Amino acid sequence: MRFWIGSAVFVALASAVAVFVRNEYVFFATYTVLMFIVLATAWNILGGYAGYVNFGTPAFFGLGAYTGAVLYKAFALPLGLQIAAAFVMSGLLGLFAGVLTLRLRGIFFAIATIALVVIMETLFINWRYAGGATGLQLLRPAPIWPFQSYITMLFVVMALMVVGSVAIARYIERSWIGRGLRALRDSEEAAECSGVPTLKLKLFACAVSGGLMGAAGAPMPMYLSFIEPASTFNLNYAVGALAGAMIGGTSHWIGPVLGALLLSSVQQIVTVTISNEINVLVVGVLLVVFIAAAPDGIIGFLRKWLSSK
Amino acid sequence: MALLEIRNLSKSFGGFAALTDVSIDIAQGERFGLIGPNGSGKTTLINCVSGTLQNERGSILFDGAEVTRKAAYQRTRGGIARSFQIPRPFFSMSVLENLMVPLGYVVHLNNRNSETEAMGILERMGLADKARAQSSTLSQVELRKLELARAMAARPRLLISDEAMAGLSGSEVDEVLKILFDLNASGITVIMIEHIMQAVMRFSQRVVCLDAGRIICEATPAEIVKNPEVQKAYLGA
Repeated sequence: MRFWIGSAVFVALASAVAVFVRNEYVFFATYTVLMFIVLATAWNILGGYAGYVNFGTPAFFGLGAYTGAVLYKAFALPLGLQIAAAFVMSGLLGLFAGVLTLRLRGIFFAIATIALVVIMETLFINWRYAGGATGLQLLRPAPIWPFQSYITMLFVVMALMVVGSVAIARYIERSWIGRGLRALRDSEEAAECSGVPTLKLKLFACAVSGGLMGAAGAPMPMYLSFIEPASTFNLNYAVGALAGAMIGGTSHWIGPVLGALLLSSVQQIVTVTISNEINVLVVGVLLVVFIAAAPDGIIGFLRKWLSSK
Repeated sequence: MALLEIRNLSKSFGGFAALTDVSIDIAQGERFGLIGPNGSGKTTLINCVSGTLQNERGSILFDGAEVTRKAAYQRTRGGIARSFQIPRPFFSMSVLENLMVPLGYVVHLNNRNSETEAMGILERMGLADKARAQSSTLSQVELRKLELARAMAARPRLLISDEAMAGLSGSEVDEVLKILFDLNASGITVIMIEHIMQAVMRFSQRVVCLDAGRIICEATPAEIVKNPEVQKAYLGA
């Protein structure tokens, strides 16, 4: 119950900010922060709960973005349907990629997911209708009332997606599915011999995780009014999603939220105040600091601190 | 009719034949011992039976039904449970939660009922005071008991105990033996793989000895220790 009240307050606050704040840049920057919360939360379903480290975030994210862009270009579908379609497409990609790669473990799985990014990028570079290598310009439609601009609307949509993805992750974590995923993360054989259908659970986690990443990508073409393969399938999304979850802590749904919030906010601030190149360095530095000082992330650190008091 | 029928089972890893043409029938309610020197294929055999390995040739029937191509989790749900020689607890969970995995996935109990049943099993295993402890903090003895407890939580009809007593002291061996005897008395068929001879001999009604992936002898405990082939396999004489 507290979770839903908190979520309602969060969305109400975001909507209020969207209606009253006039500075466009605020939304432009916070949209990215919220998007990384969704990505880190989605990443954690497979990477944290099941322990399968996924570097393929850009593949799922990018497929979602292109699904949105192509559907908009072809049928001028409204944003809600673009997001739903992106969720389905990237979810299916997760299922398909999962069938091919989830029998691999550890580092081999991680490498296979990087290959997935390259494959998807190559695919879209060569698809002329979707703009090929040069990309696709998109004209935003008029914002829906009561929003003053399309960016503020996207900001509220992304806030809703944060609530949606966190609710899904939290449900999975607390249900029998989460227990099964943790069991297979600790020992796949022992989980099987305890009746856990490990392959099915992993496929489910991969599909939901991929689907949410795709959904997070769907509004991206509208946000930039532009889409092109190199930046859409950028590995920075993989690192950002992974680092957000790791820095926050992977064992609880709040971890990726806190981690992505911290990491992405610092990145936004650094981009504006120092330079766009340094912002990538921030990820590396924060990751190293946390792995050295708090290997279980912010929540692991807090738990230790609370229990020692 | 036999509860478990292993027919002409062969398994190789690359060019190495780990098991060759192994056939064993195990009756409902039997206490069955599996012995053999290190590397003779005991664990490979029970990996094939429990489904964590797939055998290339031969078939496995459980309660009259073919399970050879079934996944491990389906076999566990069908009634075959096992413990692991090297304990594989779910380290991120408490002892109680470890048992709640099979109770949820095999017996399909809700959380409250599975907690009650898990506590019951832990009491029988003498682990009740560790129920809330993180499984990563357990001692070697406790880990071995947890292995058995988790296997029991799947409410099996056939329990495979893979060296559950290795490294235990005399009184602890007696303790685990008593648990296995009690389980057997309640109708569960038990396959015991063990290096502690005195335990296997006391427990088993029938013993099979494997050497280099083949059955070299099948007899009662009293007979098997006198068998020259078994003596040769163990002592190399």
